[in-house]
Amino acid sequence: MKLTLKVWRQKNAQDKGHFDTFKVEAHEHMSFLEMMDVLNESLIAEGKEPVAFEHDCREGICGTCNMVINGRPHGPMQGTTTCQIHMRHYNDGDTIVIEPWRAKAFPVIKDLVVDRTAFDRIIQSGGYISINTGQAQDANAIPIEKDTAARAMDAAECIGCGACVAACPNASAMLFTSAKVSHLALMPQGRVEHSRRVQAMIKQMDEEGFGMCSNVGACEAECPKEISIDNIARMNRSYVASVLASEKAV
Amino acid sequence: MTVQPDRNVSKDLKPQINLDDKVPEGALDEKWTKYRSTMNLVAPNNKRRIEIIVVGTGLAGASAAATLGELGYNVKAFTFHDSPRRAHSIAAQGGINAAKNYQNDGDSVYRLFYDTIKGGDYRSREANVHRLAEVSRNIIDQAVAQGVPFAREYGGLLANRSFGGVQVSRTFYARGQTGQQLLLGAYQSLSRQISLGNVTMYNRHEMLDLVVIKGKARGIITRNLLNGKIERHAAHCVVLATGGYGNVFYLSTNAMNSNVTAAWRAVRRGALMANPSFTQIHPTCIPQSGEYQSKLTLMSESLRNDGRVWVPKTKEDAIAIREGRKTALDIAEEDRDYYLERRYPAFGNLVPRDVASRAAKVECDKGHGIVPTGLGVFLDFASAIQRYGKSEAHSQGHHDPDPALVTRLGEGVIKEKYGNLFQMYEKISGENPYKMPMKIYPAVHYTMGGLWVDYNLETNVPGLFALGEANFSDHGANRLGASALMQGLADGYFVIPYTIGQFLSGEIRTPWISPDEPEFAEAENATRERLEKLMSIKGSQSVESFHRRLGKIIWEYCGMSRNAEGLQKAREMVRELREEFWRDVFIPGDLNDYNPEVEKAGRVADFLELGETMILDALDRDESCGGHFREEYQTEEGEALRRDKEFAYVAAWEWDSEEPQVHKEQLTFENVELKTRSYK
Ligand SMILES: Cc1cc2nc3c(=O)[nH]c(=O)nc-3n(C[C@H](O)[C@H](O)[C@H](O)COP(=O)(O)OP(=O)(O)OC[C@H]3O[C@@H](n4cnc5c(N)ncnc54)[C@H](O)[C@@H]3O)c2cc1C
Ligand code: FES
Repeated sequence: MKLTLKVWRQKNAQDKGHFDTFKVEAHEHMSFLEMMDVLNESLIAEGKEPVAFEHDCREGICGTCNMVINGRPHGPMQGTTTCQIHMRHYNDGDTIVIEPWRAKAFPVIKDLVVDRTAFDRIIQSGGYISINTGQAQDANAIPIEKDTAARAMDAAECIGCGACVAACPNASAMLFTSAKVSHLALMPQGRVEHSRRVQAMIKQMDEEGFGMCSNVGACEAECPKEISIDNIARMNRSYVASVLASEKAV
Repeated sequence: MTVQPDRNVSKDLKPQINLDDKVPEGALDEKWTKYRSTMNLVAPNNKRRIEIIVVGTGLAGASAAATLGELGYNVKAFTFHDSPRRAHSIAAQGGINAAKNYQNDGDSVYRLFYDTIKGGDYRSREANVHRLAEVSRNIIDQAVAQGVPFAREYGGLLANRSFGGVQVSRTFYARGQTGQQLLLGAYQSLSRQISLGNVTMYNRHEMLDLVVIKGKARGIITRNLLNGKIERHAAHCVVLATGGYGNVFYLSTNAMNSNVTAAWRAVRRGALMANPSFTQIHPTCIPQSGEYQSKLTLMSESLRNDGRVWVPKTKEDAIAIREGRKTALDIAEEDRDYYLERRYPAFGNLVPRDVASRAAKVECDKGHGIVPTGLGVFLDFASAIQRYGKSEAHSQGHHDPDPALVTRLGEGVIKEKYGNLFQMYEKISGENPYKMPMKIYPAVHYTMGGLWVDYNLETNVPGLFALGEANFSDHGANRLGASALMQGLADGYFVIPYTIGQFLSGEIRTPWISPDEPEFAEAENATRERLEKLMSIKGSQSVESFHRRLGKIIWEYCGMSRNAEGLQKAREMVRELREEFWRDVFIPGDLNDYNPEVEKAGRVADFLELGETMILDALDRDESCGGHFREEYQTEEGEALRRDKEFAYVAAWEWDSEEPQVHKEQLTFENVELKTRSYK
């Protein structure tokens, strides 16, 4: 199939950026990123600079790939990362517009590559259980209800790709942050530090320049792991409760 | 360029390096405990004065960096990824082993030890493997305490499943994302240490050289991938946890950016590469579909708990399926050859990986493959769906359930167990695996070979340690499923924090190492010159095209089966390709910029040297064992023929662009009897 690609090019964070248009010949068995490989190989053959994009596992788990395809983070399909899209979903003659995540907290590094270290800093602010190696008791000492563990897992499946931020008109990181908060809060081991964690992570999220949540729900719709927006509600409740509690304590 | 036909000639070139395994005295099951309680310690106030570099923040590196930070050392951690959470470990699917015996099915530390030694075809060190089995139990405790949401039973206790090559259920899992959850656990612990200031994290920094001062590893040279800046980083010692080199084959299940550079740069500075030809070909991956293919996708071994592997009994049926005239469903039960169940009745579909992979190759070579390329077999869940469906129907009180209900319930059980894998398969293949058997074929997956290390996980370069898939230590010639996560975390959480003290206790009076030492300047210049040389070639072929060609050679001649003639030929081919690469590669863009092509070029250059070493290693080992199958050495039934008297050694390679040289560590087995591995 013959495709027209309009791809965002940007030299660095300071550059204004523009779209370049390319023609590419793809095969329906290819993955989307293999189609991009073909494009880059042809650019290299012409002695030109390939399009910079990030990827690693190419199976939907590392959270590295990040393209906004025809206006949608990770493209048209539900529960799918960019690297999991296959070209059989496109038709001969299609035009595809490809852009990076766009958010103040994710500055562009080059072309489609953005800096997502803000997510790391949110985790560093409290997205963990404070236990040192060797301090653990036997793994079966605390039984955890099967469904509770499963719900914690539902939240823990987040791959930290940032599609939620890219999808949100306010570039909010609430889905990402609340998924980690929920995962840890649902496990008995994580409950001890819950209040402190919620406050610290939300504070960091704000400091990174992510926007407010106004319940649009685009994050949930575009999340490749289908993380539920219920996590946000849960975090908001905890946040209010913990703020009230700490005010009382003062 | 000529290749030395008689490789024995090389053996007298340089003196053999004495490879002291440093295994402590005492009974096997007491070695680690005794050693740990008598080894040298570094006092807390001295730890504050010591710096450690950890390169790699996958399972092994993140767990090590976090734990060393907790202990009070000053840790600098490096990854070429944009975040530690992206390491290749994130992709591990099926699970992690531990000798917990929660199922009361006869598991024990000894049994895990024994299974691992046997699974590795008796080419690993007893003491290391026993220690691994011992600490396996602590890993699960640690992970649960970190909040890892492992699968659980209705009673709230941890669930287990089985993996290949064993007869107990000792594998812990978090759906099909065990690696992800364990890595996030380690990443979160690491993040805590970063926030406490005990670990300084360097993302997007690639190690491009090791700095050795007066014989000790004292630092690294990195390239900042954002701006191309070459930097010096000094420390009292260096820990490499930089993963495996499966991508030397180009097509593998490894993440695209996994590479050998850190380890290989260390080899270039005197470390030895042990058993490089021991690579694992995983039996259940999605077959290749075209030339443009960039990587292969694993379908977890856990699927063999419930999936049955088969091909049509007749070639005619196989051809009809290949040509699209028939599907799997058209082949009657009696016309199917469940060849693993037929050949290995005791273990059936759960034979170890090397055995299952070779068996698939045998069937496809005979012409029974079921995908257009001829390289594919079926993995069928129909029986399991029926079995689970019936039992589920019974438990819901339907004693004479109709078939549609059984199928629906059975599919539900399968979905709960493997839902995300099935979904992944469907996304890639476009076929529904609940209705149509999966099509699978072996693919490169893991490398048992790696940097040679002693019992302390220290390489032959003092102060240089290697952990996780980057070392060779525990899996011999074949790794059992769910044991890589175990080993990576054992090394990082529970071994290196102790054994590093053996080296560092001698360094408490060593002041902070200065990056102004001449050795740093030399290494920095060498790195810069190498990169500039690559850029200046301005040839006509892309890095990718060289990588692809190298992969084909290694797969063809040093893959699932090998022979001396092919290996000799392959060595020559790789040497010629290397020469061509350094003459004709083209790298677009700028060195001092974000430039993935520069990164790839350096990695492929290293793969081109590693590839030759793998071939030499395969050639040196005139026997078949585990993943290393030399066609000249097989039994009448086509099983691997080991030659313990001559080859029960670790082959540790010293690089030399003309004639790499092998050094040998003899393996001694005091606790297990060497037997022919049988899964029949
Ligand atoms: C698809 C798949 C599924 C698997 N499933 C299982 C399973 O179910 N159970 C199991 O036990 N095992 C499994 N494995 C194997 C297992 O995942 C790996 O062996 C293991 O995760 C390796 O961990 P590691 O920490 O050694 O290395 P990695 O996770 O590969 O980490 C390497 C780290 O080193 C860094 N690095 C590398 N080179 C440099 C450099 N030059 N400079 C700076 N940083 C560098 C990287 O950035 C990364 O942080 C699977 C493997 C694959 C491919
Ligand atoms: S490349 Fe890993 S999720 Fe897409």
